[in-house]
Amino acid sequence: MAEENTVPKEQLTPFERLEIIRNKNRPTIRDYIPMIFTDFYEMHGDRLFGDDGAVLGGIGRFKNMPVTVIAEVKGRDIYENKSANFAMPHPEGYRKAIRLARQAEKFHRPVICFIDTPGAFCGVEAEKRGQGEAIARSLAEFMTLRTPVISVVLGEGGSGGALALGVCDELAMLENAIYSVISPRGFASILWRDASREKEACNIMKITAADAVHLGVAERIIAEPPGGAHNDPETTAENISEFLANSLNNKIGKDIDVLLNGRYNKFRKIGAFTE
Amino acid sequence: MLEDLFKMVTARWGGDDDDNSPPVPQTALFKCPRCSGSCDNEALERNMWVCPECGYHSRISAADRLAITCDSGSFMEYDKDMAGQNPIDFPDYEDKIRSLQEKTGLTEAVITGECTIHGEKCIIGVMDSHFMMASMGSVVGEKITRAFERAAEKRLPLILFTASGGARMQEGLVSLMQMAKTSGAAARLAQAGGLYITVLTDPTTGGVTASFASLGDIIIAEPKVLVGFAGRRVIEGTIRQRLPEDFQSAEFLQENGFVDMICERRNMRRTLAHLIRLHRPGQRMGGET
Ligand SMILES: [Zn+2]
Repeated sequence: MAEENTVPKEQLTPFERLEIIRNKNRPTIRDYIPMIFTDFYEMHGDRLFGDDGAVLGGIGRFKNMPVTVIAEVKGRDIYENKSANFAMPHPEGYRKAIRLARQAEKFHRPVICFIDTPGAFCGVEAEKRGQGEAIARSLAEFMTLRTPVISVVLGEGGSGGALALGVCDELAMLENAIYSVISPRGFASILWRDASREKEACNIMKITAADAVHLGVAERIIAEPPGGAHNDPETTAENISEFLANSLNNKIGKDIDVLLNGRYNKFRKIGAFTE
Repeated sequence: MLEDLFKMVTARWGGDDDDNSPPVPQTALFKCPRCSGSCDNEALERNMWVCPECGYHSRISAADRLAITCDSGSFMEYDKDMAGQNPIDFPDYEDKIRSLQEKTGLTEAVITGECTIHGEKCIIGVMDSHFMMASMGSVVGEKITRAFERAAEKRLPLILFTASGGARMQEGLVSLMQMAKTSGAAARLAQAGGLYITVLTDPTTGGVTASFASLGDIIIAEPKVLVGFAGRRVIEGTIRQRLPEDFQSAEFLQENGFVDMICERRNMRRTLAHLIRLHRPGQRMGGET
């Protein structure tokens, strides 16, 4: 059962986990899709500007049930990385995600999001086309989406670019995945003006799956094989499937307004203040 | 403390658009970061802190903003004593907050409350870039979220003056989640049919641009202010070339379709009041009068 998988099996430092998720053989969403879904059809385009290779969207079956899948795409080689822009989406990527999520709502399909990005792309065209607006809209739309949404952080959950696919009813993280407000490198360069202090930043930022559970951001940790997902992608995929099956079971058929209130309150209660 | 500051400013301003404030002896000079022109602080203040030379709308405190926006004496603050904690045990964060509180007289980077503007009742929030560049941590997220929720409950229009350097790094993931929290609250207000007006002021960037600042029914910007998602230097580092001067300006955003109107500070009060009146229930087709 999923409970077994919530116990991280390895005691590693946050920086050691960062090194694991940076392993060039770490499985990406393109590896997992055939292992988790059947009849999968990829869908392209935001219907507004273009198609962003950094965000993959499509429909398929999960254990026979039609689902919509939206995922950030890490490339496995130089060619894939070129089309996926190293998993850094442009605004049209988030707008594709919104389009497919609303379509899922229309056809009563649950949405399963996979997060794996260093962050939204920072560039001239991204600014021109409203990167900020695209992310903001995604947050607002997913918060009101009248169908179950489940998210899994596969590797890197970088900043607002990750959160845009993270407004969900239940969030799970792979055991070595990280989720952070900014990359450890960026954190070090902003706060200490010294990007080389990445390792130090990594270890104080509270970015591991266990930290995310502790902070109320994630609900589940999905176990990875010893040494990391790349050592046994099939087992990792099975663990992901097991989580998804349990999570969907709890959500399908639940009153949608109850689900939406739960989704809102999950984020509503995050924050530390006195009054 | 803030109340005193506010009273002081209202006294100077009388809370009116065309006020002639009593001379305050001051010798300090304002040097404009945009045109390098200079003028004395008194002249700058009379001009609502807009550079008389080039029209740059300089950064002002939340108290000054409230004073030039709200009807005199109408502002009632919400959640006045809300203060931050240290959710990820970041080294020295509490000390930093405490020293900023002493230095600025603010408890955090946003002030929210209720007021009237030319008689129009509304909920208002003003971010103050003098407090940690108005980065969004727990307090900013919570106060903004409550402002949305109260606007929905009380059926009042909401006006948010945004300014922010982005996420509050020292609060880590908790800071990031404030983007979802505030955007969710904005979405709920929208579903309830409430009016939400954003006024983008200098500078509005990062996680605030990528959340509630971009979700207004009406998005107004002050002239020439900086608004964007990514930092200029980050982008210049990516593309390895200098960006044009007007990149990420209010005018750039309007040209690209992300800002409804650019409004000068001296016209802001009137504009906001008119927009609120245009959304009164009685003004809508089939509405009651
Ligand atoms: Zn000037």
